[in-house]
Amino acid sequence: MLTRNRLLAGAAALVALSLGGPAIAQAPIKIGEMNSYKVFPAFLDPYKKGIELAVEEVNAAGGVLGRKIEVVSRDDNGNPGDAVRVAEELLSREGASFLIGTFPSNVGLAVADFAKQRKVLFIAAEPLTDKIVWDQGNAYTYRLRPSTYMQTAMLVPDAAKLAKKRWAIVYPNYEYGQSATAAFKKLLKEKQPDVEFVTEQAPPLGKIDAGAVAQALADAKPDAIFSSLFGPDLAKFVREGQQRGLFKGVEVFNILAGEPEYLDPLKEEAPDGWYVTGYPWADIKTPEHTKFLTAYQAKFKDYPRLGSVVGYSTVISAAEAIKKAGSLDQEKLIAAMSGLTLTTPFGVIQYRPIDHQSTMGAYVGRLGVKDGKGIMKEWRFVDGKDALPSDAEVQKMRPKN
Amino acid sequence: MTFSSILIQLLNGLAAASSLFLVSAGLSLIFGVTRIVNFAHGSLYMLGLYGAYTLIELLGRTPLGFWSAVVLSALAVGLVGVLIELLVLRRIYRAPELFQLLATFAIVLVIKDIALFAWGAEDLVGPRAPGLSNAVEIMGKRVPAYDLLLIAIGPVVLAAIWLLLTRTRWGALVRAATQDREMVGALGVDQAKLFTSVFFVGAVLAGLGGALQIPREPANLELDLAVIADAFVVTVVGGLGSIGGAFLAAVIIGVAKAFCIGIGTVTWFGVEISFSKLTLVVEFLIMALVLVVRPYGLLGRPQAAQRVAAEPAPPFTVPSWSFALVWLALLLVVPWVADRYTAILLTDIVCFALFAVSLHFIMGPAGMVSFGHAAYFGIGAYAAGLLLKRAGLPMEAALLIAPLVAGAFAIVYGWFCVRLSGVYLAMLTLAFAQISWSIVFQWDSVTGGSNGVFGVWPSAWLADKTVYYYLALGLCGAGVALLWRVMFSPFGFVLRAGRDSPLRAEAIGIDLRRFQWAAFVLAGALAGLAGAVYAFSKGSISPSTISIAQSTDGLVMVLLGGVETLTGPVVGAAIFTWLRDVVARNTEFWRAVIGLVILLIVLLFPQGLVGGLKALAMRWREGRA
Repeated sequence: MLTRNRLLAGAAALVALSLGGPAIAQAPIKIGEMNSYKVFPAFLDPYKKGIELAVEEVNAAGGVLGRKIEVVSRDDNGNPGDAVRVAEELLSREGASFLIGTFPSNVGLAVADFAKQRKVLFIAAEPLTDKIVWDQGNAYTYRLRPSTYMQTAMLVPDAAKLAKKRWAIVYPNYEYGQSATAAFKKLLKEKQPDVEFVTEQAPPLGKIDAGAVAQALADAKPDAIFSSLFGPDLAKFVREGQQRGLFKGVEVFNILAGEPEYLDPLKEEAPDGWYVTGYPWADIKTPEHTKFLTAYQAKFKDYPRLGSVVGYSTVISAAEAIKKAGSLDQEKLIAAMSGLTLTTPFGVIQYRPIDHQSTMGAYVGRLGVKDGKGIMKEWRFVDGKDALPSDAEVQKMRPKN
Repeated sequence: MTFSSILIQLLNGLAAASSLFLVSAGLSLIFGVTRIVNFAHGSLYMLGLYGAYTLIELLGRTPLGFWSAVVLSALAVGLVGVLIELLVLRRIYRAPELFQLLATFAIVLVIKDIALFAWGAEDLVGPRAPGLSNAVEIMGKRVPAYDLLLIAIGPVVLAAIWLLLTRTRWGALVRAATQDREMVGALGVDQAKLFTSVFFVGAVLAGLGGALQIPREPANLELDLAVIADAFVVTVVGGLGSIGGAFLAAVIIGVAKAFCIGIGTVTWFGVEISFSKLTLVVEFLIMALVLVVRPYGLLGRPQAAQRVAAEPAPPFTVPSWSFALVWLALLLVVPWVADRYTAILLTDIVCFALFAVSLHFIMGPAGMVSFGHAAYFGIGAYAAGLLLKRAGLPMEAALLIAPLVAGAFAIVYGWFCVRLSGVYLAMLTLAFAQISWSIVFQWDSVTGGSNGVFGVWPSAWLADKTVYYYLALGLCGAGVALLWRVMFSPFGFVLRAGRDSPLRAEAIGIDLRRFQWAAFVLAGALAGLAGAVYAFSKGSISPSTISIAQSTDGLVMVLLGGVETLTGPVVGAAIFTWLRDVVARNTEFWRAVIGLVILLIVLLFPQGLVGGLKALAMRWREGRA
């Protein structure tokens, strides 16, 4: 990929020379990007494509501050120690102006803390952990994606509407699953005080014994299930649950399960009627999404996944921040990020001054099957700003700098 | 739990045990005969799944298509096993013990990237087994019919292997080689053919274990490492080389996991205990328990002594003062001439160098292989971080107390470990490391759980990266020097005596275990120092510092540099860290590139880099004379 980037950059430089444009003579603005490419390839391959598309568009429109932008990518190996090292390499050797990227929560948090220490801007693209903007939030870190709390909060209204009494919960045993569960229990209890959580299963990430888990959930005789499983764990759970009749007469809520990354592998077995958050890319007809979809499909001959939208929007955010700051000075960039408003394929978002969380939303709907493929039906878009706790609560959680 | 749920969970456990048994049986066979700790066995399992997926798509979702795909995929994986044996392992059977592990580690990296290239990143969910896609009603609960078939396949394969081993000439040779392979060789048996055939059978079993999972598990790229740890545990709990033991252990672990899930959360005396969360570590708890009570696993026998597997390790040569001073001077000058990042990379390298040397200290001179050395590295890192953040100690104090904490854990773990030997010892160290890891991973309120601890930055006077590099160099350098010095003290000679001839050492009145225990503690404490220095250089600590991956990195560094040389581990740490830094930056399939580079080193320098270069230098000098 890097070599391809270099080739592109080289080709661009040649074209520039022959045209003799003065703006191009300046070196491009480098943005340091790191992610766990080899650990989560299913999400991050499309993400990388999203980045490439955004860079191309920004540069085709003349770049920022009269210069092109270049995203320099590194693999952080899914390991916070390595991530901090490559972050340092990006800044001091590559001369990157600031940092974007990361996927797992622990890596995101480590880089956020590093950014604070190093006093450089960090736009966390993927990590879902609530802590990165709340408990561990800092002045230098902003986050794009709707967090675990937000995705959970988007599903709670539907859950409360069903007025089911007995809930069973299953989640991957690490921070993401734990916070999703905690947020769900808290929010549902507020709306429906008589709710009862009858059992909780916390299988290790990637190693669920799906048969035993499905059986244990069925034994608790729940009316509804809340799950935050994804990836292979989700596929295994769906199959075992269907074979064992776990989902008969039971409503299931599963955050993220509507994202193409996790939905598409299920094919015709996508569980009908599940309430999910996700990305029904084929059915979104807003002009900003159509533009993105057309450009993406033209460039890659493939459809976008959620990762593509995240990668694309991260780079656009970075470019807009530079434009608004009018300089690469860190303090000016930080100030520009606060309240920065921009258009993404999901519509207009704002990086909230109060906690540095973007108001990017997500699509909420129910799963169905069409032509042997899993789809989202009856979906609606939920704006991120409507899925966040009150300002007073946020202020209580976020440390004062 | 009602009676019916107990019964169903029992069936679930048995179904899960089936594939685990197949993989472990293959691993056990291969280890028994070739003494190779085959790290790539999980990759063969993964290939079995991917192969079955593709073949089913080709042959059609009919019962015939499905079952031919499963069998063909297993056989194809068998051929991959044969290729690995012929192209790589055959060339290094006479290398120092465990060196083959390095080769199989490299193969894991290569296979993973090949699978990514061939099948893509998306999880591949296979079809249900045609004809067996429904559930059977048992006591009012539904159990997939395929699970019942799996439960039957386990004992059938066990019986087949048993017949093969006891009723055929090949089986007799395998059993003989497991007991005494030199003797088998001396009697005129073609060992090369025997090893290749054993590899084929072992790989077929791994592939079959994988292929049979296709209706239950999507083919994905994380399977290799997810399975290999469990397979090792089953093999060791059952007793190395014992197929019956592997079956018993697979059943125990499979059923134990199912019951942990079935029991769920219970409240005892007002304390809530989540058995469901225990599934994170239950197999390692079982292994620790079994090994403490039965040092050779449930049905294993003491390992037969190896006579000529490799030449006895040559005595270490002391590096000369001038050599050491030149390097020290170079390391001191680097920050003045190179850029800022070089100092940062070097800080990583010196931390890992001390980590590798401390592992080498117990592996090389003391002959105790540890698969869980990251425990002490990670505990040191966490101790440093927690003393700073939670106890409010100054950073300098935290840095100096951390190694003592790691050492204290080594006192406890080491006491159990030195009672064992060989791979059993190595696996017990791994069990303790995994138990530590799971506690750190779960104990949110203290360790920050899966996220870890943040804001672990050094004091202001050390904040500059160059200054911190000098501190790291000073502390880790002193640690390395101390360990090297100890190797040449009477204490070090006692350790080497114990490694080369435990019987004679005991006979002259050496209380070997006590010395080995002390060595374990010293190595643990210094690994802890490395971890503490590492933690402050990163500003954060996460459970990955205690993970299996970190332990494996340590082993790779030691073996890469050469376990029979003094400076090998340092060179190994430097090369491995540097390689990852450079290769990961410039190539898309960097894992495969690192794997291939390691394979190249393995094949060119079966003594490790330093050992190989020394041999080359020697030959050159002889040629000139």
